Amino acid sequence: MKIKNIIITFVSAIAILFSTSVVSFAKVVGDKIILGAAISLTGKYSSNGVHTQNGYNMAVDRINEMGGVKVGGKTYKFDIIYYDDESNPKRAAQLAERLISQDGVEFMLGPYSSGLTKAIAPVTEKYGVPMVEANGASRSLFTKGYKYLFAVLAPANLYLDVAIETAVALNGGKGVRIAQAFEQDAFSQDVRLGILDAAERTGSKIIIDDKLPKELNDMAATLAKVKAVKPDVLVVSGHTKGALTAIRQIAEMKVDVPMLAMTHCDAAKLSKQHGKNSQYALCASQWHKTLTYKDDFFKDGMTYAADFEKLFGYDPPYQSAESSAALLVFKDAFERANTFDQKKVRDALAATNMQTFYGNIKFAEGGQNVDKPMVLFQVMCDDAGKCENKVVAPLKWASAELIHPIPKWSER
Amino acid sequence: MLTLQAVLDGLLLGILFALIAYGMALQWGVMNIINIAQGDLVILGGYIAYFMYLYGIHPAWGVIVSPIIMYFVGVVIYKLVINKVVDRDLFISILATFGISILFMQLMNFAFGADVVLANSGYGTTMLFDNSVTLPNSKIFSAFISIVFAIGLVIYMKKSKLGRAIRATAQNARAAKILGVDTEKVYAATFGINAALCGVAGALISITFTIHPYMGLPYTIRSFMIVIVAGLGNLPGVAMSGMGLGVFEEFADYILGTEFRIGSVFLLLVLILVYRRFKLSRKREYLK
Repeated sequence: MKIKNIIITFVSAIAILFSTSVVSFAKVVGDKIILGAAISLTGKYSSNGVHTQNGYNMAVDRINEMGGVKVGGKTYKFDIIYYDDESNPKRAAQLAERLISQDGVEFMLGPYSSGLTKAIAPVTEKYGVPMVEANGASRSLFTKGYKYLFAVLAPANLYLDVAIETAVALNGGKGVRIAQAFEQDAFSQDVRLGILDAAERTGSKIIIDDKLPKELNDMAATLAKVKAVKPDVLVVSGHTKGALTAIRQIAEMKVDVPMLAMTHCDAAKLSKQHGKNSQYALCASQWHKTLTYKDDFFKDGMTYAADFEKLFGYDPPYQSAESSAALLVFKDAFERANTFDQKKVRDALAATNMQTFYGNIKFAEGGQNVDKPMVLFQVMCDDAGKCENKVVAPLKWASAELIHPIPKWSER
Repeated sequence: MLTLQAVLDGLLLGILFALIAYGMALQWGVMNIINIAQGDLVILGGYIAYFMYLYGIHPAWGVIVSPIIMYFVGVVIYKLVINKVVDRDLFISILATFGISILFMQLMNFAFGADVVLANSGYGTTMLFDNSVTLPNSKIFSAFISIVFAIGLVIYMKKSKLGRAIRATAQNARAAKILGVDTEKVYAATFGINAALCGVAGALISITFTIHPYMGLPYTIRSFMIVIVAGLGNLPGVAMSGMGLGVFEEFADYILGTEFRIGSVFLLLVLILVYRRFKLSRKREYLK
């Protein structure tokens, strides 16, 4: 009886071992490398979730069409398992767990937003699953000592740094007076920290420092204060809602500021929704199609934008471009590692040093990309009211000269 | 001048809140239902005006089209859900309308997308005191329309047959039924009128602020607050309480900071509820 039990236990153990090893190799089998991603296809981030998914899909198709990924003398193709995280961090963490432990995914792509990436990162870290993410910029992601997290985008604290530097340079090197209003979420508060650093570095003074609620749709009180104290720069970051509300109320209340710097103008389709009222707003962006970075897959920004529009019918926001870049990073790392061993792929990712159409990519110790500066574009409109985003800083990629100071409302 | 700006902004905002709260007070008084989906009906009304704007129609027409559509939406919601909970415990109706609220949020997100949108009225700005006080004409327009609808509704409630039936049902539903009032029809109409008011307010909000599928709850909370302060069936009270809340919010924003704006409304709500309970307990002691 005892021997029978031992045999049953032994056989079951072998069966379990065999089945788990099948699962763990199942995701790189035949000619397919299957990546996992939890994406916000419903819920409040669904628009940007779809941009992210479109970016991933376009890169997968392009890499597969152009020969796939060569590892150990064999050619593999990318495939992605998607789950909808419903814009909910708890759900995202559960799905990451499911992708890894049930679906056997060994490599992950990031979700949309800093909040959801923060929820997923501890899970991928626990299982030692390398994750390349393209839409979580919060500084706190890169200070936790994560070893398996890599972000192709610049961290949030650098978003509007350039704007303050530019304002100081235009002020003859002297510090400027800054009014700022930031939403109370991880991302916007990191942008705020970046401004505080820049202000200290340049000897500038923060004269208004408002925090905006998540349910924000009225900034009249902040803007009335701005009107009263007349700062040199007004900085606003509150996702799409913040950008749209600020432009509407600045125009309505005729608030004159020499420089207005914001985030999320792209996602807010600022010039489309507000037309000429959005003119002269400076917007931080991870990428712009006119940048001259190049790679073998998408050639350059303009070609990427044209191809993307052909496929999806709209101009790519930077969220899509950075998502496509994440796949290029994975391909490069797999080929350099020449194996699917997670640890070796992780080491190859850490040693990444490449140029993509989206920008240079090189990861710092914390996993953030330190080789790609942010760009600032300014909304510029012609007399007919047609508006365009033109890159004005850094000067290397500027396609137009910065208009500063912003003309007063009475002169427009 | 900052104070004057805050007072005027607050008053204009408060009038709009009062309109939403009046709908809530009406159905609460008549049907004893606290509608958690109130804010979501407002947002849906806003989307109607926004879509008119998208198709080249001036969004101001939304204040006519939106209430008509929303009236029928309200009646349909009543027939499908509310009539099953109208005579039940208040808690059941809160749960039911909470469910409707979640359903509406998800459906709007599914149908219209998660983007924040707005409708531009192009109404310009009124500037006072050498440009130091600015009043967006869209806010003045919103306040004016809210007043027109509120007065119109008061007259309708007093003069029309349905209005009288609604008031009779509010006073004593059983007696009204015995005297031949079709209370079922009255309930449906009341819920429809409330949804129509939300439709008007939503259209005005899309012109004045921004709309988003998940933005309804703050409007529900505000109307709940206004009704709690004013009491049911007290229109001048609702108007005063709405304007008071608007001014309170603006000042909270100036003094405590924008981050405490919504928080201060919640705090005020708690304080008022505690105060009411305190008053009630004293009354009970007196009755003993």
